[in-house]
Amino acid sequence: MTSLDPDPRNADLLAAAHLLGLAGVAAIEVADVYFVDADLDDDARQRLTAVLVDPLLQQGTWGAPVDDPTTTVIETALLPGVTDSVATAVVEAAATLRLGVHQAATGRRYVVRTVSGTPLDDDTRRRIATRLLSNAVIERVSIGPIEPLFAHASTPAPAEVVPVRGLDDTGLAELNRARGMALDPAELRAIATWFDKVGRDPTDVELETLAQTWSEHCAHKTFRARVILPDGTERRSLLSQLRDATERIDAPFVRSAFVGNAGIVSFTPGTTVAVKAETHNHPSAIEPFGGANTGVGGVIRDVMGAAHHPIACTDVLCFGPSDLAHDQVPPGVIHPQLVRDGVVAGVADYGNKIGLPTVAGAVLYDPGFTANPLVFCGCVGVGLDVPPLTGPHPDDLVVVLGGRTGRDGLRGATFSSATMDATTGDVAGASVQIGDPITEKLLIDLLRDAGGCWSAITDCGAGGLSSAVGEMAEGTGAEVDLALAPLKYPGLAPWEIWLSEAQERMVVAVPPDRLSELQRHARRHGVEATVLGRFTGDAVLRVRHGGDLVLELDTAFLHDGRPGRALPAELPAPRRDGAIPRCDDPTAALLDLLAHPNIASKEAIIRRYDHEIRGTTVVRPLVGVGGDAPADGVVLAEPRQRTGLAIGHGVNPWYGVADPARMAAAVVDEALRNVVAVGADPDHVALMDNFSWGDPRRPSTFGELVVAVDAICAASIAHAAPFVSGKDSLNNEYLGADGERHGVPPTLVITAVAHVPDADAVVTPDLKRAGDVLVLIGATAPEFGGSHLGAVLGGFDDPRSGTVPDVDPQAPARYRALHRALGTGRVRACHDVSEGGLAVAVTEMAIGGRLGVRVDTLPHDDVVVALFAESTGRFVCEIEPGDVEWLAEALDEPVHVLGMVTDEPVVHLGPCRVAVADAARAFGAGSEGAR
Amino acid sequence: MRPRALVLQAPGTNRDHDVAYALEVAGADAHIASMLDLADDMTGLRTAQLVVVAGGFSHADALGAGRVFALGVEHGIGDQLRELVAAGRPVIGICNGFQTLVRAGLLPGALGHNASGRFQCEWVTLDPRPAACVWTRDVEPIDCPIAHGEGRYVHPDVEALEQAGQAALRYRRNPNGSAGDIAGVCDPTGVVLGLMPHPENHVIARQHPHHTRGGGGGLGLQLFRNGVDHARNV
Repeated sequence: MTSLDPDPRNADLLAAAHLLGLAGVAAIEVADVYFVDADLDDDARQRLTAVLVDPLLQQGTWGAPVDDPTTTVIETALLPGVTDSVATAVVEAAATLRLGVHQAATGRRYVVRTVSGTPLDDDTRRRIATRLLSNAVIERVSIGPIEPLFAHASTPAPAEVVPVRGLDDTGLAELNRARGMALDPAELRAIATWFDKVGRDPTDVELETLAQTWSEHCAHKTFRARVILPDGTERRSLLSQLRDATERIDAPFVRSAFVGNAGIVSFTPGTTVAVKAETHNHPSAIEPFGGANTGVGGVIRDVMGAAHHPIACTDVLCFGPSDLAHDQVPPGVIHPQLVRDGVVAGVADYGNKIGLPTVAGAVLYDPGFTANPLVFCGCVGVGLDVPPLTGPHPDDLVVVLGGRTGRDGLRGATFSSATMDATTGDVAGASVQIGDPITEKLLIDLLRDAGGCWSAITDCGAGGLSSAVGEMAEGTGAEVDLALAPLKYPGLAPWEIWLSEAQERMVVAVPPDRLSELQRHARRHGVEATVLGRFTGDAVLRVRHGGDLVLELDTAFLHDGRPGRALPAELPAPRRDGAIPRCDDPTAALLDLLAHPNIASKEAIIRRYDHEIRGTTVVRPLVGVGGDAPADGVVLAEPRQRTGLAIGHGVNPWYGVADPARMAAAVVDEALRNVVAVGADPDHVALMDNFSWGDPRRPSTFGELVVAVDAICAASIAHAAPFVSGKDSLNNEYLGADGERHGVPPTLVITAVAHVPDADAVVTPDLKRAGDVLVLIGATAPEFGGSHLGAVLGGFDDPRSGTVPDVDPQAPARYRALHRALGTGRVRACHDVSEGGLAVAVTEMAIGGRLGVRVDTLPHDDVVVALFAESTGRFVCEIEPGDVEWLAEALDEPVHVLGMVTDEPVVHLGPCRVAVADAARAFGAGSEGAR
Repeated sequence: MRPRALVLQAPGTNRDHDVAYALEVAGADAHIASMLDLADDMTGLRTAQLVVVAGGFSHADALGAGRVFALGVEHGIGDQLRELVAAGRPVIGICNGFQTLVRAGLLPGALGHNASGRFQCEWVTLDPRPAACVWTRDVEPIDCPIAHGEGRYVHPDVEALEQAGQAALRYRRNPNGSAGDIAGVCDPTGVVLGLMPHPENHVIARQHPHHTRGGGGGLGLQLFRNGVDHARNV
């Protein structure tokens, strides 16, 4: 089936082919292929055609078209078992038409034309088929017509017993490697010892369960490890320090911190807000669309698992440079631009379809992310301020809700805890899947309507039922029969059912007398609800498959039997040398900064996300006259309510490379500035930390983590802004074919979610009126470590030069005072100063208002420092000329008058002079197409 | 008297609550009903004085936007819906609802992928055209967001549509390559309106992107007020 009008995918594919160096390709034409397993007569074919083909838009033929001998035809189809919602829809549509279609599958047909008018040579054909048109993780590819594969019933393999007793360390290490368990020697020894004690060997189900439960992903071994400092002294774990900081702040609005699926706070009487952010880095590296897609789905389920109704999504994305030459891409790595396009499409697909606004985020580019892109997905939900659920209780039923279980996403938890190499994409195929946002949407609706039918709830994330039921059964015990689980197709081995990370499933503990009510709601919403077993009370987890007992573990051993870790830390020695980057032409530097992918407009990405749905978006990620200038935080407010929520982020891996401690403090400050600037109350902020780091078993890498955690704890206490949830993704390293390890720059994303007392009085950064005065709040110092002028644009030869901005001890008091000042409505615009310094901040405000500025008095004697230093704690505000003294008094500190807002659309900034239109063009305001 | 409005949804519909809120503000009692609900009991549809087919991604837009939903409409509630229209009761399809009504044959034309090939979320201005449509009568230009990937209106004879007074709403700046800049069309009776943009997301002034700049353009609420007023008088 092809489009009558030019199919936009054709142009995208051609551009991607050229990006990969396939200059001889002249055109790629895509057709959608449907396979049906059915006996259809002519009439039935016509009726099915009428559903599939809209004659105003498309044309379709039955059977494969005759090939043009001057072209090359390549066809792809999804692997059996990969979620295929289109195939499901074909079967449903045929059923509505009463046509006997048993099964359906989908594929794509690509006709490739060359400049020379001859078919592709073998090498080009192979490259285009495997690197552009298909991803072996989810698809099959064929030169010429592909044969459909339908899932067929097979006999499941029974659970097998795996001998571990009597194995020495070498034998255990071999077993660990062969089964991809990613456990360390002490953990393997603990497992062997326990089974020795109970007098039997484990089943494969038990081993897989232990590997999943004890994985870095699920157990956070590094954050729970004792810290060994260089002088040999030991400190409590990083997680304990974060918890201590939150306890010390003792904020009255915190309902739940660092337990369960999400952090929970209450900013308005009677209601609560749940916040969570997750990473999905490894899956997104090997299958960008599916990895990001299921990352979004997973974090939404986390909020659902915290018994909250999701209201918004966020995403922070880190990629390699889009313009990387194709021969610079390491083997086995997908080109950064294709990773970005796939990830963005995956985020958009899930958020848009499930019906949640994707509102806040960031997109960063650095060569350090080429082999290991980072995808941070966040979700915010709302609920009622009621006592937490108390279950599960003995005799409650184990009920799984939602999608069916298939062989998808096996061993995701262990995969994400291992280092990737050039073969990762091949061996980890089963670890990635495509999401089904519609099923999850139905689950959201069901949970909203059927609240009260369960005593406990959690989501099926990494580790599937093993993780969900295992965690719920901690201390209680449970008994389930895997033969009861609804499967996508028969033939799954017991461990596969138990560990499958099939998406869109929740597990609830249901008191027996509430089951029928739950089932009634489930039927109404078209959701499957299946009883798998019951919670017991004997603190033993038992799993059967029909008559076979395949797992029997004490929950105490499962959850507490893992030997603790102690990790040595080597502390970093940042330079902090006060160096100032070379900058001969400030005007050119300003334009270069505006055009740099990290600072330039993200509009081409932002507009692919529905940020309007729910009608709650009061401050959007893009603001101003043309809706094309960057906002600081975003604000959400229900139309019926006066109050709202602000969401802001802080992230700066360049600071992380130069000085991890100062980076960590600075990104907390940035996240706070972003929410304060739009009108949020700095005394009602909840923070989340998401670390993406290299291998913590290397003492220098762990040391960077240790100082970063110290710094965020100190910043959190200084601002009385507690951390309520966090997640770490470690081992973000890539073992290249060159034998070198490539770690990501230390990347910490801080998410601030804050109370906005008056959503009608929010403030945006776009300039409002000529004749107003621009003032700078906060101090400017020669702080250029990791700065965009120095480290990113090449003003420094060594990215570790300079001093990373420190935090200002005055900042907490300043933010409170600024919040009160914003509440008066006398501040017309407010923008935080971050990457690119004052010059970029002021120019962005000018672009937002399409007004000029004349800044004559710079805040520092050194022009380069004044314009481009990235000192923290600063804001630029637009006020009426008569309000300067008022603002200084309100802030209880001097403010620096920069200059005026002008009608003349030119930015005069000390020695810089740039027309607003030129600045907007450099920034990419209103641009079309991906940047 | 608050007319009874039915908001119809299918699996994947996701702006049902947004439009229910707009209807409530416009003076109706809004009830959300799924195709599954109606399969059990058609009363809600039979007694509806106004029907909205809400936006979203029904059935994930698999096979093309609105197609599986439309099939369900045709085979499940088509007769009842047509009776309602024949009785002059106002029906509106928004975004995926528009795509559904077009596929189900209640509105003319087709909706193809955006010219950009991408999902687009941005605010647009809609200019009402001379049309005998109960929904757009006397409305000021409306500002509201679009949020779609398949919103390019296709029709073999746009001029005829204009002349028949069915091209009810036009984009001031065409975002998606729609023929004749058409954002919304009505049926020949003027009772059924379909449009791609989301007037239900501009019900109060604070929802407009320029609200921090002293205010924005016309509310989408106007359409719902018209529909509710008409429902009251049928």
